[in-house]
Parts: sequence; structure tokens; C-alpha cells
Amino acid sequence: MQVALMVPCYIDMFYPHVGIATLELLEKLGVDVVYPKDQTCCGQPMANSGCYEQARATEEHCARVFASFDCVVTPSGSCTHHIRNKFNAGADSPEKQNLVRNTYDLVEFLHDVLKIREFPWATFDHKVALHTSCSAIRGLNMASMSERVHDAVFSKPKALLSGVPGLEFVEFERVDECCGFGGTFAVTEEAVSAKMGYDKLSFMQKASPDCIVSSDMSCLMHLQGCARRQKQDIPFYHLAEVLNGVSPWVGQSWVGQSWVGQSWAGQSRVGQS
Amino acid sequence: MSRPVDQAKNAETFLADTVHEQRLDQLLWAARMRRDAAARQVPEWEELRTLASEIKEHTLSNLSDYMIQFEARATANGVIVHWARDAHEHNQIVYDILAEQEIKLLIKSKSMLTEECELRPFLERRGIRVTETDLGERIQQLDNQPPAHITGPAIHKTNHDVAVLFSQKYGSDPKNEDTAYLAGVMRENTRPDILIARAGMTGANFVVAETGAIVVATNEGNADLSANTPPLHICSVGIEKIIPTTESLAVFIRLLARSATGDAITQYTSTFRGPRKGASMHVILVDNGRSARLGMKRFWRSLKCIRCAACMNTCPVYRRSGGLSYGSTYMGPIGIIMMPTFEIRKYSELPFASTLNGSCTNVCPVKIDIHEQIYGWREVMEENDQIQVVKKEAMRVADKVLSHPALYQIATTTLSSALEVLPHFAIYNRLNAWGKHRDVPEASSETFHAWYRNHRPKTNEEVRRG
Repeated sequence: MQVALMVPCYIDMFYPHVGIATLELLEKLGVDVVYPKDQTCCGQPMANSGCYEQARATEEHCARVFASFDCVVTPSGSCTHHIRNKFNAGADSPEKQNLVRNTYDLVEFLHDVLKIREFPWATFDHKVALHTSCSAIRGLNMASMSERVHDAVFSKPKALLSGVPGLEFVEFERVDECCGFGGTFAVTEEAVSAKMGYDKLSFMQKASPDCIVSSDMSCLMHLQGCARRQKQDIPFYHLAEVLNGVSPWVGQSWVGQSWVGQSWAGQSRVGQS
Repeated sequence: MSRPVDQAKNAETFLADTVHEQRLDQLLWAARMRRDAAARQVPEWEELRTLASEIKEHTLSNLSDYMIQFEARATANGVIVHWARDAHEHNQIVYDILAEQEIKLLIKSKSMLTEECELRPFLERRGIRVTETDLGERIQQLDNQPPAHITGPAIHKTNHDVAVLFSQKYGSDPKNEDTAYLAGVMRENTRPDILIARAGMTGANFVVAETGAIVVATNEGNADLSANTPPLHICSVGIEKIIPTTESLAVFIRLLARSATGDAITQYTSTFRGPRKGASMHVILVDNGRSARLGMKRFWRSLKCIRCAACMNTCPVYRRSGGLSYGSTYMGPIGIIMMPTFEIRKYSELPFASTLNGSCTNVCPVKIDIHEQIYGWREVMEENDQIQVVKKEAMRVADKVLSHPALYQIATTTLSSALEVLPHFAIYNRLNAWGKHRDVPEASSETFHAWYRNHRPKTNEEVRRG
């Protein structure tokens, strides 16, 4: 099976190392993975703002780019949720139906399709505060939600990270309360959004994690921005980076040097090494 | 046409007052936790939610039949039933009933419908004094504020706020912030009105078609005082509150208080079937936009709401914005999807006061897909040209760039131009809204796209395309 890697626009621009980690991880697992170069974005930022008309061309382009693949993997619960459940701006077409049916978040692909549970190469001797996005929890059912009190408790991201030697989780309050990112909400309601981010960080902080990990980089972009403003230098990692293997306190990474020192996470590593 | 309520700006003001913001967040989160604990005690909780949702769907689908059945039963019970098309008709009916008996004082228990209809100012302008008998509602009345929460109207106020308010209005001790003392002050000042008023008014949580009964759930017993003390009881109720039978009532009673406060049942659940001997009872069935909403394919389901406020308590945005920030009768997630049906322009910004996190939908005891409807309303606002031109233009530019790979590549090649595109959605309405409380992410010196080109020169894809 050939898998197409979809790298969300914000990861392409701001967090290329997350795309690299995803690619390397899939390659490490023996997946035949390609990156269709004409890809841009799924159109979520526009559709999420009510601007369906303005999302149409982008969505149709997205469907065309991935038309020939029967498996598309992306390291983003939010984009997966949008494509699977909200992809209504463009015209209906076989290409679109194909993409809607065949798009997986990286966590789903690893957990449900490949059924991988062990990541022996990815030793990570650190305490992790795991944040799972609302799209992943309530949109994709990647973890049980606190509202459904009788459901069995589970978390696919946690199940995967549990296979990383040395990794420990910390428990914190309001674990599945929204972090406040919410797409364009982050700017249309910036005061509430930032307060939610600050609150999320303070709940995590009380549990003394070494780092914050999520399978959604957009939540982390927001939380990292809040943390930096508060002069907190706690590192943030996408789940793909952890599963692929990173050694944050040594300044080493599987992905080489292209991004180290560019991103904030890189800077904090340099400072701590 | 009214200008749109700027919920974001109001929320920012509320947030600046950290004492009130933190207290509201903690109080309501505690209510959410109690709701979870209460739901855990009921093994069939999810089945109950489904059943309640289906009963509402059935009733709303056969609304006219049930309304006619209710009218017949209630009339047979000696109740005088009125029909009000809109808020004005409703207010006029109440006024006419009172004016006929030259009544100048009305005592009243909490009713969101009468807030919706703006009954109090209507009557006050016509020389009728209205005394709210619900503690929270009375506090809001004295402070000249609308309710900030549908079950706890003054939930945003601290004991200190109330002590100061009561000292100004009632001359009580401003330093005494003891809850029992403050409740006592309120009681001393409203009980005399309850004793002398010749008319009392209540809302209703449920209306039972089969028996012609109205059902009111309170924790203070004030609805009973308002209904039972004066010789005239007027009950206003929205037409969506009708349920078929007493048996179905049991389903809702089990869900209501558990969802609202985590209690198994409210302190008082009172059924009024007809007038007491020598007294009279009126029920006003109010439409005020409800039948129009029932006809909205995408949005009729909000009529299932039983006003428990569980969606507000769980909403991370509501808890940090305060109920008054919505500038509307109904607030929080359920308010967002109801209010635009009353006035689309005024409430056009409300659907954006949500992260679409979905918690509301999953606590709703009647399973309204609240966050999906919020998403749907955003689209409606776009269709109705209620989205700011500058924002729409930013989205149009984004679509152009993001649907053309070549433009996208150019735009994202350099660090500075990457920032131009992505958070450009971000900067459309205020100068760098992202950066006010957060640092802006640093664009990488190399996009993933560029990295891939350099590190995977001959890709599988190219090989395959040959």
C-alpha cells in the first residue's frame, strides 16, 4: 500500500520538523510513503469561519491532489476531522469522496491500521503532559471524553506513547478541556483564547511535566505562544517527534540540523544542553 | 437594525476583572463536575438522553396536536388558555388580565420567557410594579441587569457584590457578606410583596398535554409562593415546552436537575393543574418565533432545550466571558444557536464565540448537536452577508493562494512571506490579535516542502509517474 503524506499548511511553514518526523517515522515502519508536491491546505481556516464560498477552490484542489491515493495520512486531528466530517465547501466528486474516506490522522493510522504498539528506538526518559485536541477526542473519537461518564476510558495517542521506553505521563486537572486555540477563534476572541491557554498551562504546570506533547500542532502553536509570553521554557513536541525519537536535552534529533535553532523548541534545547 | 453584539470585546472586559472571572469559572466547573458525578449514579444515563431527545422530537413533530390537546384538558381543568403570537401580544395579554382587576403589583418567579418578551419594562411603563421572587433574579432586578445565566441569574456576582447592592437598595449591612444573612435580607424585603400582591406569575419547565398540567421546578420554592399566595396565577410558557404525558415527564425530571446542578431533583417540582378554590389561573402559550424556528431544517433542534444550562457550565468560553457578554436573553452555547433566530444581525457575531470543542453537545440532556449548529450558523452568517468585509476578503485571498500550488510555494518560500499568508487570517480585524497575549510562531528557514525537495530528490511519486 502506498501512503500519501499530507502536511498541513501551518506545519509546512512553521513546524517542518513535525512533517519530517512523520515522514521518517512512517519510513522507519516500512511504509511506502510519498509527498504529493502540489498540496497546500484542506480549506479548514476558511470553512471554519463560515466562509464556505472562499473555501471551495482550496478544497477542490486538495481533493484533486490526493485523488490517486487510497490512503492519506496527516499528523493533524484537526485537518482529519475537517476532511472526514466537514468537507462540504467544494463540489461533490469521486475525488472528494475518495479523500473523505481515506484520510487518517497519524495516530489512527499507527494505532488502527498498522496496529503498532512498540517504539523501541524512541527512548524518552521524560514526564509528559499529553494534550489531545477536541477534534481528535470529540470529532474523531481518538480518546474517550469526560462528558460521557459511562464510556470505557481509552486514548489512542496515550496507547502509542506508552510504547516509548522511559516515557511517563503526568495527570493534570481538566485534561480534556479545550486549550482555546479553536482556529480563527484564536484571533477573533483572542482574550478568551489566551486565557484558556494560560489556564491549560497552569493545570499542566502543577503536575510538573518535563514537556508537553500533542498529536495536534495547532493546539501546541497556541499553547507554546502562551508559554513563551509567560517566559516558560518548557519544550513542546508533536507526538510524531516523540515516536520517531528525539533527545531533547542533548540537542540531538533524528531529523538533522535543518530546523534546530530555528524553532523555539530548538532554542530551548540549545540553552539546556 | 441593531449593531452586532461584540461578544469578544465584552468578554475581554470581563476577563480584565480576574476576581470575578476566576470565581465564575470555578463555580461553573464545579457544577459540571457535580453533573458528571450525578450522571455516573445513573447507569442508563445515555439511554435517558436518547429517550428525552426522541420524546422532544416526537412532540415537536406533532406540536399542533399536542397543543390542542393541552388546551382542551387545561380548559376542562378550569384554566383560561391564551395564545400569543409574539412578545408584544404576550405582554399585552398579561397587562389586560392585570388591568381588568386594577392590579398594580405583580410577584413573579424566574422565567426566561418573560425576559425574552421584556415583560417587566412593558408592565412598569404602564404603572405596574413587578417584584422578582427568585433570589438571583431579584438581585439582577435590583442591579438593573438582565440574567447572566439561565438557572443562576446572578452567578457572576460575589457575596461582596450582593452585600454592597443590598446595602444600597435595602439599607442592610454592607460589611456582612454571610450568605444566610443576605438571603434573610432578601426575604424580609420581598415577603411583604408576596403577601399583598393580588397576582403572581410563573414560567413553566414542562407542560403536560395529557393532563393539562404545568410543571415548575425550583430550588427556592418561590414559584409556589408566587402561584399559590395571590388569588390570580398567570403562567407564561413557550410552545416548545409541551410534552405528551406524565410518564414522559419522569424522563425529563430525572435529567433536569442532574444536568443543571448535579442534584437528583430540584427542591420543589410543582404541578399546577387548575385554579385553587376562589382563585383563577391563566396559561399563555407563546410562539414568539418558535414555529418559524421549527421550520428551519438545520436549526429546529434547539427547540428541544429544557433550559438546564449544562452547556453553559461546561463551555470554556462562557466560563471565561460571563453571561452578560453575549448581550442576549439566552447565552452560552444554546444562546448562540437560538438568538440569531430572533434577530440575525444583532447576534451575527455570537456563532464565532466558540472553539467548536463539542463539550456542550455531549452534556446536553436532550442531545442537541449544539456545536454542529454553531458551525452551521457561521455559514448562515456568511450567506446573509453578516461577515465583516475585511475578514471575507482575507479568506478570499487565502483561498486564491491555497488553491494554487505555485502561488502557495511563492508565498511560503521565505520566512517573512510565510507569515504574510498564514496568520494573515490572524491579523484581519485587529492589528496582530494573535500577538497580544501570545508570541507569534517563528516561521522556519525552510518549509517542509523545500526540505523534502532537498532530502528526497527522487521520490517514489516521481518514479511512479516515470
